[in-house]
Amino acid sequence: MTSAISQSSSAPKPGKPWEPTTRESAQKVLNFFIALALSVILLFTTGLNGKLGWFIGFFISWTVVAFIAEYRRAGKPAAQDSLLTSVSRFAITLAVIPIVSILATVVAKGWRGMHWGLFTQDMTQATVNDPIQNGGMLAAIVGTVIMVGLALIFTLPISILTALYLTEINGKFARPIRFLVQAMSGVPSIVAGLFILSALIYPVTGERTGLMGALALAILMIPTVARTAEEVLLLIPNDLREAGLALGATQWRTVAMVVVPAVKSGLVTAIILGVARVIGETAPILLVSGGGESTNFNPVSGPMGSIPYYVWKSFQLGGTEESSQRTWAGLLVLIIWILILFTIARYISSRSQKR
Amino acid sequence: MSNSVIPAPRELVTKPRRSDQIFRVAVTAGGMSSLIILGLIFAFLAYRGLGVIRIEGLGFITNSNWDVIEDESSNIISQDYGLAAMLVGTILSATVAVIVGVPIAVFSALFLEFYSGRKARNVLIALIDLMAAFPSILFGFWGFLVLMPSAEYWAKLLNKYLGWIPIFDVPAPFFTRSPFIAGLVLAIMIIPITTSIAREVFSQTPLDRIQAAYALGATRFSMIRAVVLPFGRGGIVGGAMLGLGRAMGETVAVYTVLNIVYQVNWQVLFGSGGNIASLILLKVNEADREEVNALMAAGLVLFVLTLIINAIANILVNRLGKTGR
Repeated sequence: MTSAISQSSSAPKPGKPWEPTTRESAQKVLNFFIALALSVILLFTTGLNGKLGWFIGFFISWTVVAFIAEYRRAGKPAAQDSLLTSVSRFAITLAVIPIVSILATVVAKGWRGMHWGLFTQDMTQATVNDPIQNGGMLAAIVGTVIMVGLALIFTLPISILTALYLTEINGKFARPIRFLVQAMSGVPSIVAGLFILSALIYPVTGERTGLMGALALAILMIPTVARTAEEVLLLIPNDLREAGLALGATQWRTVAMVVVPAVKSGLVTAIILGVARVIGETAPILLVSGGGESTNFNPVSGPMGSIPYYVWKSFQLGGTEESSQRTWAGLLVLIIWILILFTIARYISSRSQKR
Repeated sequence: MSNSVIPAPRELVTKPRRSDQIFRVAVTAGGMSSLIILGLIFAFLAYRGLGVIRIEGLGFITNSNWDVIEDESSNIISQDYGLAAMLVGTILSATVAVIVGVPIAVFSALFLEFYSGRKARNVLIALIDLMAAFPSILFGFWGFLVLMPSAEYWAKLLNKYLGWIPIFDVPAPFFTRSPFIAGLVLAIMIIPITTSIAREVFSQTPLDRIQAAYALGATRFSMIRAVVLPFGRGGIVGGAMLGLGRAMGETVAVYTVLNIVYQVNWQVLFGSGGNIASLILLKVNEADREEVNALMAAGLVLFVLTLIINAIANILVNRLGKTGR
């Protein structure tokens, strides 16, 4: 009996054959270091130089080393698999590098130009090449807030009605309309500016104002908001609509009191994404809003500044250290706004997904 | 409780009530707005621009002069408008963007869908979505300041080793502000949208087929090659074309990193290019009436071009889901 027990205890323990063995893990670490050494050699012996050059050399050598090691271990299929793994890892790194580099550049160059006067002064008393303490972007911030706010007011009814048409009515034009909304999201921003110029500024108003900027931004904003709103409306279960109708409500009351309240947070996300989309738009603003140095609260008369215009002008007219600080400080303010909007949007959508 | 009012039963009718009729009309009218806006854009640009196109004829697309000659009292003596250089430049840099950006985007999407862990995946997706919201002016200045020196070096390297291929040749060693560099900036700009479309398409691959492939002993590579890629082919091409459309319409980013020269140039590495949107931005604020009309015509060309490309792209992306092996 005792021998039987000892026999059963010596039976193979349950293993995890899919997990890499110690040997395989060691091989992977080894591959990494061989590739590192190879990339340094490459750096000194060939024309590659710089951080990016080293990085690419390293990834190529890592790919090759891993390919050979896998081929020796398990033949061709494993080697192919390793190749795809390496290449897709390489690709995602290449995609992320610019994001990190852009953020780092903006912060590194922008923070030196940050000071309180930036938010309390405008550029009427200063030129872009003045010391950084003179003047600020008050006019630009006011202009951007007014124009984006107005654009939102124009956009909101149109895009929500479009989204409701696509999901609630879903009539025979739904397919072509969906197609057109998608096409509209591809309209180049400069064309939106040209359109406002040709349709309103030249024939009607003759003046570049904040309102014109807001209209141009609205054209760019509608497809983003409409598509996001449509997506969240599609997520609403049909049961809710049917329940509303079954209680005797008309379609209008069902939509207004059941469907729309249920997607409130999704609509907020749609709005935020739309704002983030247009807040940094430069080309149409340069064409139609005039751009101004003084703080202008009136969107229907006089040119109106905006943050992209401020950045653009500091870059175009500058050349000095001060103007470059202004440029990047403006971009830093812009990117901080976008980051805040983006974080809020993600927070809202993640919260509503959990529920 | 006996005095509680029993609500009168609602009359059952097939005809929608007044409130519903109003609701439907309002919503349908709102729904038509995209059609109206697109139609108005086309109509106004055509109204301003067609005159110029009629005068220039086909030369508007095949010539590359953009001249307005004025006398001292700024009366126009002669004017000549042609878009060839700009058109070629636009297509060239957008093509570079697609060739560089789309593979990166597709492989990134594969990584996000099939290789990365859940936490890393969420962070990476957030980063890439954030990048989609970066303003183009930021890409432009970053490209000008950070990318250009580096890209110039890569351009020289390409020219040194591949200079025997005609398009990588340069007539003079001038690599700054070339279509190649503009293309690289555009490639970075189209990565987010192409990645997210490719990812969406890959995530729609039927799970049973993926599992079937694994059950037959496929590695990840052979599963992706046999199941995911055939299924997502249309989506990848569509995403690439959407990227192409974006790249062609980009203004400010290209303007900051491209040298605009009124001469057709096919050599990507040479610092002489053209771009319709940048031309408009460059000229519009100093242009007189007739030149503005020419710019409107240029805008019309750009509008129609991007509209066609976007339409094809959307058809390809939307058709997906019904096809696949």
